[in-house]
Amino acid sequence: MFRATIQITLRPSILDPQGKAVAHAVASLGVAGVKDVRMGKHVEVTFDGLSEEQARGATEEICKKLLANPVMEDFRFNVERVA
Amino acid sequence: MTQTPVRFGVVVFPGSNCDHDAYYVCRKILGQDAVFLWHKTADLRGVDVVILPGGFSYGDYLRCGAIARFSPVMKEVTRFAARGGLVLGICNGFQILVEAGLLPGVLLRNSSLRFACRYVNIRVENPFTPFTGACAKNEVLSIPIAHGDGNYFADADTVRRLEENGQIVFRYCSPEGEITPGSNPNGSLGNIAGIMNEQGNVLGMMPHPERASDAVLGHTDGLKVFTSIVEHVFSRTIPQLREEGDSVVVEQGRR
Repeated sequence: MFRATIQITLRPSILDPQGKAVAHAVASLGVAGVKDVRMGKHVEVTFDGLSEEQARGATEEICKKLLANPVMEDFRFNVERVA
Repeated sequence: MTQTPVRFGVVVFPGSNCDHDAYYVCRKILGQDAVFLWHKTADLRGVDVVILPGGFSYGDYLRCGAIARFSPVMKEVTRFAARGGLVLGICNGFQILVEAGLLPGVLLRNSSLRFACRYVNIRVENPFTPFTGACAKNEVLSIPIAHGDGNYFADADTVRRLEENGQIVFRYCSPEGEITPGSNPNGSLGNIAGIMNEQGNVLGMMPHPERASDAVLGHTDGLKVFTSIVEHVFSRTIPQLREEGDSVVVEQGRR
């Protein structure tokens, strides 16, 4: 089996008010040196009966058509063999 | 000749919560026909207009409107829109339309990060649409909003195209009709509150006209959106002539 680990993030041009709010909280926490915080999504998809290449193709399709909205989000992923 | 009532189809997704309000306005206030269309149906039942109502379809999981887009009924709504059928997406319905690619852009989290639920003023930017024919240019309507993700965004090229084609139908404004940052409740680019597609038959708007359509509730500005639609559907009806014995009968025709 293969598992895809997917990160979906807002595109750099998109304002991330949630990340900004967290950045303010970090400042209140007293942790210094934080320049920016960006929020995103983490998704894990496990495939059965697919080759690694097929799993990559399937992940790409899922990301493009469902998990990420290309107008505002980018995605990247890793595919690993799991027991 | 009597007009056959306009038939509205109100789509019901799991989590829709303004479906009955829209149905009520179409039937009880407008005196037209209306049916509910369950999200699993592939039959639009011959409706003249499809309404995608407000709510939280599929719990707003993933992104608002992202899952609803894949429901069987949306395949038919997409076909219906491609044939020129009128589609009105309100609030969550607007979010579904952008996710489905029937309208450009995206609706981001409100810049305040808060759910905004109050009356706002919107200015009619384009009165020459099937949805605003009963309004005057620059008319100010008072209609409530209720959303957490209504912050309209699109890239600069898309916004320029929207402007040039008159596709920006409503903008948030002051009570006097001024487009000001203070009258923008969610951070939308250019105070955009509602847009339509290039063909002009699909409208998405964040404010809820169905919540401002019954005088009992104090506001009726939203009713203008619905009466505009009814007038438009009636105006594009082509009467049909039929011979009956020696006379010719005028019949309600195709729309």
